[in-house]
Amino acid sequence: MNDKAHKIAYAVFALAVILLGWQVDNQYYLQLMIFIGLNTLLALSLNMLMGYAGQISLGHAAFYGIGAYVTAILTTTYQVAPVLALPAAVGTAMLVAWIVGIPTLRLSGYYLGMGTLGFGMIVHIVLREWSSVTGGASGFVGIPPLEIGLVVFASGKNYFFLVWAVVLLCLIMCRRIIDSRVGRALRSIHDGEKAAAAVGVDTKKLKLQVFVFSAGMAALAGFLYAHLVYFISPGTFSFVASIRIVTMVVIGGMASIWGALLGASLLTLLPEWLHAFSEFEMVVYGLILMGVMIFLPRGLTRGVLDVYERYRKNHDR
Amino acid sequence: MTDNSHLLEIRDIHKAFGGVRALREIDFSLEKGSITGLIGPNGAGKTTLFNVITGVFPADRGEIRFAGQSVTSYAVHERVELGIARTFQNVELFESMTVLENILVGLHTRTRCGMIGSIFKFPRIRREEKQARKRATELLEFVDLADHAPRRSSDLPFGWQRLLEVARAMAAAPRLLLLDEPAAGLNMSETRQLGDLIHQIRDQGITILLVEHDMSLTMSISDKIVVLDQGRKIAEDTPRSVQSDEAVMAAYLGKGKNSGHGR
Amino acid sequence: MQEILQYLFSGLTNGAIYAVIALGFSMLYSSTELINFAHGEFVMLGALCMVTLAVNLGFPLIPAFFLSICAVAAAGLLFERLAIRPVRHPEPIVLIIITVGASIFLRGVGMLIWGKDAHSMPPFSQHPPLDVAGARLLIQSIWILIIVAALTAALQMFYRRTLTGKAMTACAVSKKAAWIVGIPTKWMVMLAFGLSTGMGAVAGAIIAPITMSSYDMGTMLGLKGFCAAMLGGLGSLWGAILGGFLLGILEALGVGYISSGLKDATAFVLLLLVLYVRPQGIIGAGEVKRF
Repeated sequence: MNDKAHKIAYAVFALAVILLGWQVDNQYYLQLMIFIGLNTLLALSLNMLMGYAGQISLGHAAFYGIGAYVTAILTTTYQVAPVLALPAAVGTAMLVAWIVGIPTLRLSGYYLGMGTLGFGMIVHIVLREWSSVTGGASGFVGIPPLEIGLVVFASGKNYFFLVWAVVLLCLIMCRRIIDSRVGRALRSIHDGEKAAAAVGVDTKKLKLQVFVFSAGMAALAGFLYAHLVYFISPGTFSFVASIRIVTMVVIGGMASIWGALLGASLLTLLPEWLHAFSEFEMVVYGLILMGVMIFLPRGLTRGVLDVYERYRKNHDR
Repeated sequence: MTDNSHLLEIRDIHKAFGGVRALREIDFSLEKGSITGLIGPNGAGKTTLFNVITGVFPADRGEIRFAGQSVTSYAVHERVELGIARTFQNVELFESMTVLENILVGLHTRTRCGMIGSIFKFPRIRREEKQARKRATELLEFVDLADHAPRRSSDLPFGWQRLLEVARAMAAAPRLLLLDEPAAGLNMSETRQLGDLIHQIRDQGITILLVEHDMSLTMSISDKIVVLDQGRKIAEDTPRSVQSDEAVMAAYLGKGKNSGHGR
Repeated sequence: MQEILQYLFSGLTNGAIYAVIALGFSMLYSSTELINFAHGEFVMLGALCMVTLAVNLGFPLIPAFFLSICAVAAAGLLFERLAIRPVRHPEPIVLIIITVGASIFLRGVGMLIWGKDAHSMPPFSQHPPLDVAGARLLIQSIWILIIVAALTAALQMFYRRTLTGKAMTACAVSKKAAWIVGIPTKWMVMLAFGLSTGMGAVAGAIIAPITMSSYDMGTMLGLKGFCAAMLGGLGSLWGAILGGFLLGILEALGVGYISSGLKDATAFVLLLLVLYVRPQGIIGAGEVKRF
């Protein structure tokens, strides 16, 4: 897609958000759409790391959790204003990512998957066991609503617009990175690390940078989540949550900005639809995951495009 | 010790993998603006030497000096920044990217935009991007691929992929270009074009070291030939003298009586 | 002294379980280069099958034990045939998602069949625990250690003495070369899946008497087993055994002397340490993966 197509896409996207936010009054649907927004942020952040730079992470929920817990602790225990807690939450996640990333990103393939998995589990266990600070397994209660200046983001509608404005900003930000010198270098690592180094890309430094960036964005989602639900517990940031983020990226389509939106939407809505199956929920969810990966390994966005292109080629003949 | 006419000096390089001694006492220099052919039978250590020069792995012993400066402890990307670029034996393009983007990545060391800059798109960054695209187009014109700029690099025929890889290496504005079997997989006319291209690159003042199995190409374009056999340098001379060198003949045709007529 | 001994006993018991799970991971990895994130779910299936056969259907122990293993191994073969073989681009990321999908699916199946309640069964033999220098040693622990020792010996024999075992080793070293010399690699992959998931079932069947078995027991066991395999060296038989026991004992000591809440963290801290310091594991199989 060229520049113009992207601008049109952003405009359509913004228009859709405004229309939806304006027309929908049902609290349940608003809440659902807010969650889609948060999940889009998570999928987008992981997509930068996994889809573009080709570095798998099975512990991404850890950064989501760090973002949520740092703001919860600061705003509740220490009465810090949420606006000030935001840079602290994002900064902490980025700092942790930097420290953990240096040894972890030397690994690759399954080993990298395992390293990030181990890190995610440790963060989860710390959140669960350090009860004096985090509230332990029973969770952290009483997080204040988000106030920016005089505006309180408490009603579903307010928060809806806030979250989706952040999503739009992040989409633009990621798009710009990907289309720049940095983004091309990232993609070159994915295509071949050896060749990337041979054209002068400092692969170590760049991988660390994108890891830190990605962690910051996940923490932003965590921040928004904490001030949305006022109550957080370690279960939200477990191994299963990390896997869900990976799944969003893969199903939506790796290395695709809009794929992150699609994957996040599907994986947020799917469990809602599957409630109809109640008992069979897990079985169907598992089958869908396996099915998509077996038949459309490049994700839905790419997969559908592939099918379309094949159709057109046959048709032209 | 350092003399100005030499761009690259290789001093007493040793490299072993486990028990296999891949390189032993390698010692030679490249004169500025020259074309040097590096030849030797399979397993002689040519690619290993390339990897040591570019910094893919460190030598066990010895020193690499580039433009009078020791680069022995430099990482791969740092050496590229100084001006050592290379191509690969099996063509390593960035396959998911377009032809133009491949060159743009090649310009990585000659551009500066970082993460923050890319997000905010400062005027300086926009200007840099514009210049990079212009330079990339020039390089594509140099190898006659400008018309194919928007195609995916993996869709190009093999011969063009080789040219693209050379252009990508040129994008780093190297002073030394290492070509690893650039003619492998090319047909006769493509090989001839490649020979012309290498000459043109040299005429821009770029020093070239190439590994090549196509002897007629190597002998015709090189100013000097270095011959490796079993990790050692066995000859270093003009193409003409190397061809009549006994040690070289022995290395290529087999030394003992048995290996020649055994069957 | 008595305290240490008690921790050691519980560490050895858990360690033996981890070792068997690690063996399953390692065997599969060495012949297929695949890490099966659903492995823990096969352990769960093994445990629950065992409970159903031995308690609800009243089978004698030995047939129940072997029947559960066969049933789970059959499920493992089916899994390979239906979900792994059709994959056209077997990259790590794709395979990770597929096996994760399978683990969710199997957990769902487990819940449908056995419900959300935990199930238990009596130990293999009814004896009071032994008293060793003041520490209690459960008879089931002894059973577990005996079965694990026998299993290891059998595997060692299989890989060293039988033609099939040697063929599998060959596949592990180079699939292509093995194929060229006429080893049916497809069958070897299936065999590896059958053995690996069967091994998981053994782990499940032997812990059923000392734990509460439920549909969601597999995830943690699987991850721990994986940590053990990495610790010893992925792809190495003795590495899996060593890693399993090491993890079990360190975990038990950690519970005893630090805090029971951090029990689960032990495995993952060890995992990170190994990855950072010595990614090939303690007994690294290094570049050549083999048993």
